Amino acid sequence: MYYKLTKKINLLLMEERYSIFDIAGPIMVGPSSSHTAGACKIGQYARALFNKTPKHVVFYLHGSFGEVYKGHATDKALLAGVMKFQTGDPRMKDSFKIAKEKGIDFDFKVKSLGPNYHPNTVRIDMESASEKMSVIGSSIGGGVIEIVKINDFKVSLRGIAGKYFSLVVKHDDKPAVLKSLTAILKSLEVVVSKVDSVKFRNKVLTVLSSQGKAPKLKEVIEMEKIEGVDFVRALTKLDK
Amino acid sequence: MEYEFTTAADIKKLCSKHKIKISELAKRYESERAGVSHVVVRNRMKKTRDVIWEAIENGIGNKKKSDLKMSGGDAAKMYAQLTNMRDMMSNRVCVRAMAYALAIGEQNALMGRIAAFPTAGGAGVVPGVLFSSSQHFHAGKRRLLRAMFCASAVGIVIASGATISAAKGGCQAEVGAAAAMAAAGLIEMQNGTVEQCFDAAAITLKSYLGLVCDPLGGLVEVPCIKRNSIAAMAAIGAGDMVMAGIKSFVPFDEVVRAMKNIAETMSPKLRETALGGLAATPTGNKIKKKLGLPIIK
Repeated sequence: MYYKLTKKINLLLMEERYSIFDIAGPIMVGPSSSHTAGACKIGQYARALFNKTPKHVVFYLHGSFGEVYKGHATDKALLAGVMKFQTGDPRMKDSFKIAKEKGIDFDFKVKSLGPNYHPNTVRIDMESASEKMSVIGSSIGGGVIEIVKINDFKVSLRGIAGKYFSLVVKHDDKPAVLKSLTAILKSLEVVVSKVDSVKFRNKVLTVLSSQGKAPKLKEVIEMEKIEGVDFVRALTKLDK
Repeated sequence: MEYEFTTAADIKKLCSKHKIKISELAKRYESERAGVSHVVVRNRMKKTRDVIWEAIENGIGNKKKSDLKMSGGDAAKMYAQLTNMRDMMSNRVCVRAMAYALAIGEQNALMGRIAAFPTAGGAGVVPGVLFSSSQHFHAGKRRLLRAMFCASAVGIVIASGATISAAKGGCQAEVGAAAAMAAAGLIEMQNGTVEQCFDAAAITLKSYLGLVCDPLGGLVEVPCIKRNSIAAMAAIGAGDMVMAGIKSFVPFDEVVRAMKNIAETMSPKLRETALGGLAATPTGNKIKKKLGLPIIK
C-alpha cells in the first residue's frame, strides 16, 4: 500500500521549489556532476547495500561511462564511492592509491550491459570472503542517480549527489516498521524530504533522504534495533 | 508561503513589501522552504564561501596541467600580473576576477573541490566577480555573503523560468546564467537597489543569449574555463553601466523567457554532446581521438 503512497509523495516533491543551495552548490569534486559526482554516489549506494567493505570489486562500464570515463575520472569517483567518500571529498583523486592501501582489489572493464540501460550505467560486482553482490546503477543527469538492479532483482532507487543525506533501510514488508523509523527521525529533528521504497525479495528497501540535520552514527545504530529492521546504512560518512 | 518567488517581479514585490534587500529575501525564502533557522542557512552559505576560497587559493597557486594538457597554470599567470599592472588594460579588480575565475575552472578540471555555482561549468564567474570586488571594497565577510545570497536568488529565477543545464539550454544557461547572477550580486554589494540588481542581470544575460555548449571532447575545460573569466569581465562591465545610471530596456523576466525560447530551438548538437561547434573542429577532433571517441567529419 505505502509504495503507492510514497510514490505520490515523491511526485509532489518533484515540483519542490528550488533551494538556494541548488544554485549555490552543491559542493563537489569536478569535473562533471553526472560522470564524477553521480558515479561516486552510485558507488556509495553499492557499498551501503553490500553492507561491508568488499575485498574485491569489478566495475563494468557501460555506454558513455565506458567511452569517456578516463577524462571525467569516473573510475576514481566510483572507487571513492565504494570506500564511502563523500561527493565533495578532495581525496577522491587519490582513490586508487587509498584503495590499494586498504587492500581492496579492484578492476575496471568496458562492457555493454544491453540496450535497456541508460548510457551512463555501471555494474559493480563486489566480493568479500563470504558474500557476493552485484549492483547496477545509472547516473541520469545533474548528479541524480538510480539503482536499477541488485543481483538479479530489478529495483528503482533514486538518489541525488551532494543534495541529500540518505539512509538506506532494509526492513520487513510492514508499514508499521517505516512508521516507527520516521517517528525516531522526527524525534531527532531530522526532516525527511524524500522517501523511496522498493520490494526486494520478501523484504523492502527504503531510502530516506534529508536535507537538513543528519543523524549521528550512534543514532543510526539505535535505529537498527527496531523490530523488523535488518539494517540501516548512512550513505555519506557521518560527521564526528 | 510568505516568501515564495519564481520571477524577478515576485522578488521586487516582496522586497518592497517587507522593505528588504534581495539577499535577505533569499535567506528568508530558504529558511521557510527548508524549515530551518536563518542561522543554519547562513552557516551553509559560509561553508560554500569557504570551499570557494580554498579552491581559489589552490587554483592561483597551481602550475600543474590537466590530464590532456588542455588547461592548468593560466590562473597563476593571470594572478602574477597583479604585480605588473602596467601591461594590463583593465584594473586590478578585473585582473583579479579573471584570475579567480580561471582558478576555479582549473581546479574543477584537476578534480579539486569546488562549489557548483550554479553548475560546475559556470562555477568560476560568481566567485571571480564577488570575491575580487569584495577585496576591492574591503567589504567584510558578511557583505560578501549577502552578495552570494543575492546572486543565488537570481539563479533561482533563471532556473525556474528557463534552465541552468547546458544539456538543455547550451552555455547561455551555465556561464550566461552565472554572469547574470554575478552582476546582480555585485550591485547588491555596492548597495544598489533591487531594480538596479535586475538591470545589471538583464544586461549581462542579454549579451549571453544563444551561447552554445561545445566543449572539446565533452570535457569541462576548453572553452569553458576561459569563458568563465571573460564572463566575469562582462558582469563587471554590466555592473558599471548600471552604476552609471543605464537601465535595461527589456525587463529581466522577459530576457529569461527569451532564453527559454532559444534553448528550445537550439540543436542538440550544440548542447553538451560534443558533436558541434568547437568540439567538431580539427583541434576538437584531436582531443576526441585521444579519448577514443568517434571523429566528426
